[in-house]
Amino acid sequence: MTARYAQSAPAIERHTISILVDNEPGVLARVIGLFSGRGYNIESLTVAEVDRDATLSRVTIVTSGTPMIIEQIKAQLGRLVPVHRVHDLTMEGPFVERETALVKVAGTGEKRVEALRLADVFKARVVDATITSFVFEITGQGEELDRFIGLMAELGLVGVSRTGVVAMSRGPGGI
Amino acid sequence: MSAATNETSLTGADIVLKALRDQGVEVIFGYPGGAVLPIYDALFQQNDIRHILVRHEQAALHAAEGYARSTGKVGVVLVTSGPGATNAVTGLTDALMDSIPIVCLSGQVATHLIGNDAFQECDTTGITRPCTKHNYLVKDVNNLARTLHEAFYVAKNGRPGPVVIDIPKDVQFAEGTYRSPADSMPKSYRPQVKPDLNRVEEAIDLLAKAKRPIFYVGGGVINAGPVASQLLTQFVRMTGYPCTTTLMGLGAYPASDRQWLGMLGMHGTYEANLAMHGCDVMVCIGARFDDRVTGKVSEFSPNSVKIHVDIDPSSINKNVRVDVPIVGDAAHVLEDMIRIWKARGKQPDKAALAEWWEQIEFWRARDCLRYDKTPKIIKPQYALERLRAAISGRDDVYITTEVGQHQMWAAQFLPFDKPNHWMTSGGLGTMGYGLPAAIGAQVAHPDALCIDVAGEASILMNIQEMATALQYRLPVKVFILNNQYMGMVRQWQELLHGGRYSESYSEALPDFVKLADAFGGVGLRATEVSQVDDVIAEMIKVKRPVIVDMCVDQKENCFPMIPGGRAHNEMLLGPDEKVENATPEDGMVLV
Ligand SMILES: Cc1cc2nc3c(=O)[nH]c(=O)nc-3n(C[C@H](O)[C@H](O)[C@H](O)COP(=O)(O)OP(=O)(O)OC[C@H]3O[C@@H](n4cnc5c(N)ncnc54)[C@H](O)[C@@H]3O)c2cc1C
Ligand SMILES: Cc1ncc(C[n+]2csc(CCOP(=O)(O)OP(=O)(O)O)c2C)c(N)n1
Ligand SMILES: [Mg+2]
Repeated sequence: MTARYAQSAPAIERHTISILVDNEPGVLARVIGLFSGRGYNIESLTVAEVDRDATLSRVTIVTSGTPMIIEQIKAQLGRLVPVHRVHDLTMEGPFVERETALVKVAGTGEKRVEALRLADVFKARVVDATITSFVFEITGQGEELDRFIGLMAELGLVGVSRTGVVAMSRGPGGI
Repeated sequence: MSAATNETSLTGADIVLKALRDQGVEVIFGYPGGAVLPIYDALFQQNDIRHILVRHEQAALHAAEGYARSTGKVGVVLVTSGPGATNAVTGLTDALMDSIPIVCLSGQVATHLIGNDAFQECDTTGITRPCTKHNYLVKDVNNLARTLHEAFYVAKNGRPGPVVIDIPKDVQFAEGTYRSPADSMPKSYRPQVKPDLNRVEEAIDLLAKAKRPIFYVGGGVINAGPVASQLLTQFVRMTGYPCTTTLMGLGAYPASDRQWLGMLGMHGTYEANLAMHGCDVMVCIGARFDDRVTGKVSEFSPNSVKIHVDIDPSSINKNVRVDVPIVGDAAHVLEDMIRIWKARGKQPDKAALAEWWEQIEFWRARDCLRYDKTPKIIKPQYALERLRAAISGRDDVYITTEVGQHQMWAAQFLPFDKPNHWMTSGGLGTMGYGLPAAIGAQVAHPDALCIDVAGEASILMNIQEMATALQYRLPVKVFILNNQYMGMVRQWQELLHGGRYSESYSEALPDFVKLADAFGGVGLRATEVSQVDDVIAEMIKVKRPVIVDMCVDQKENCFPMIPGGRAHNEMLLGPDEKVENATPEDGMVLV
């Protein structure tokens, strides 16, 4: 009889994890403290109340690690007292992931026109404009945002503010 | 106070006491201060709950741990804000690491002062978040009762652990409504206690087919209550398989039984470690594959199929990949295992098992705990063997320890046939744990014999608790194996740092006999073999706190030892073996 798991060097995977928590003081500190205290990665973390009556919030975390680490992360999250449910969206079938960024670009002349033209291509909205600047709002996949911001870097990028990833499973089922 | 209904209005302090009473609390360990005076006032005006005044808040936590571990109940602590809370941190961390159920109430400055750097303010929930299972700051007196009941639920359900409730002083004075425990279940926390039966079936199939099986049992079986130990013993005997326990699991399986191989791990027995290394099916119940147990993980039990029973999913696949994970309470799972083993008419493979035992007996014959007997100098092992002889046959003995060589020798040489009679700081390894833990055990079992096996360095970390023992007439025994060294540190320096004994000599020690006397206890000393039995007999006879200064060989080392980062089959058996030539015994392992 031999062990079923070979203990060879495993690959690093990226996972999007969605957790439903009681919206109470300190709950975010617990989640973040867990990641920092145990040395897990956080690529992105978003949180907001999603059910006012039940005072529930949803936290969406994008993290990476070996399969064993990912399993640990989920188990550790699951045992926090205010955590109701932990869903590994990456494991549970197809899901959508979106992120929003506000991108400020300053400039005049040709660069300004080009920025506006590219914003159109990327379906970014103008949410603020002055004679010398724009603030664009862009929503999409992380890489899409990266590309847009990369292009703006050439055209007078002043600053970026990103929400981090929110995600949801596809189809009629809950999360 | 009259029989209050759910609607009665009470002060926060009275709500605290009523909730404690409704939780069946009989004793709390604490230390007063400005931010908890209303609760102390309420305590003063009632007689149901006893308060034990410790001499340092760390000791309140360890005493509550000793109380909890020796009774299976939740240990309760009360400390003030600021320094009271920060002094509690070591004890909270200790309880977290060793899965001990504790509820610790701390005072806090008034709500309107929080965040202002008020006198004796500290961010208690912030500081204790990583060293508790859960914590609360109660800002509204109407949430106080519910929070207290929830805290008890969280502390004792699932994997037990410490819970802190921080209560601002104005909330202790404010009036609010009481709620009963039944109305106060947490919204989200529901640990799984019943296992997935398909997994249990799978485990039983593997176990029945095993040729070289082993039970690897830990503190989780003690957490699951005495019935779990009974079921474990029944199941292990039914199968005829060998069983080893961790430091935290001592007593979960009777040490006097032939099927017990002793403790495993860094200072575990030769037979236990080699059986772990060579087994083909391992069933781990309530143990967490700690690094002191596995040694080098990549070489840990390389050819076995591993079954892991644990109530906490995060313990599973944390350090070691297992093949059959079973989430559930040890008692429930063992009950199912026994039932299914019987129902399926399982029988062990008798021929293979006989061969396996033959191999194990061969390892056991190395007599790995043997030590050199000396005519005059007291070997620490000898002192413990004599203590073992003096307490044998008694079932009212509770042993606690400090941390170091003496702790390992106590684990190796003292007999633990029942759960809840052995208390040690395993996960955190906190010097200073033993005396307050013995006090806690003695409070719970006033007529029992509670002995702290101590080192001369460790005991000084909470020696002030002698005053607590005296105040409450708790006849605890401090049994110091005085080697005038931080022996465990010295041993590592000898083996791994070229014998450079940097700061590990116990300089300027007090005279422990006079120290006992100064506290109002009894001091006894033995300096040679001929005095050992008399001193032990006297220690047991005296019904007062005793400090025994057992002056032992200064240079003795604790063996067997698996040097850090080595595998189970790279064990050092005695002083003649060096770390470099720790011999792999692969050949012997392959049965
Ligand atoms: C100087 C020193 C040397 C040491 N040397 C050794 C050594 O040689 N050998 C050794 O074994 N240890 C040694 N230790 C102790 C070691 O550090 C660990 O504390 C110990 O090995 C952990 O024991 P455990 O695996 O039984 O787990 P515990 O810490 O007791 O954890 C219990 C496990 O059971 C689970 N559990 C809890 N309740 C239940 C339940 N109801 N049902 C099912 N599961 C449950 C928990 O989730 C957890 O996973 C040493 C410590 C010190 C200080
Ligand atoms: C609070 C704390 N500080 C430091 C250590 C590190 N440490 C582990 S064992 C030990 C020496 C203990 O000496 P002693 O109590 O005399 O026991 P001995 O090993 O000699 O039996 C030390 C310093 C610890 N475990 N706990
Ligand atoms: Mg010493």
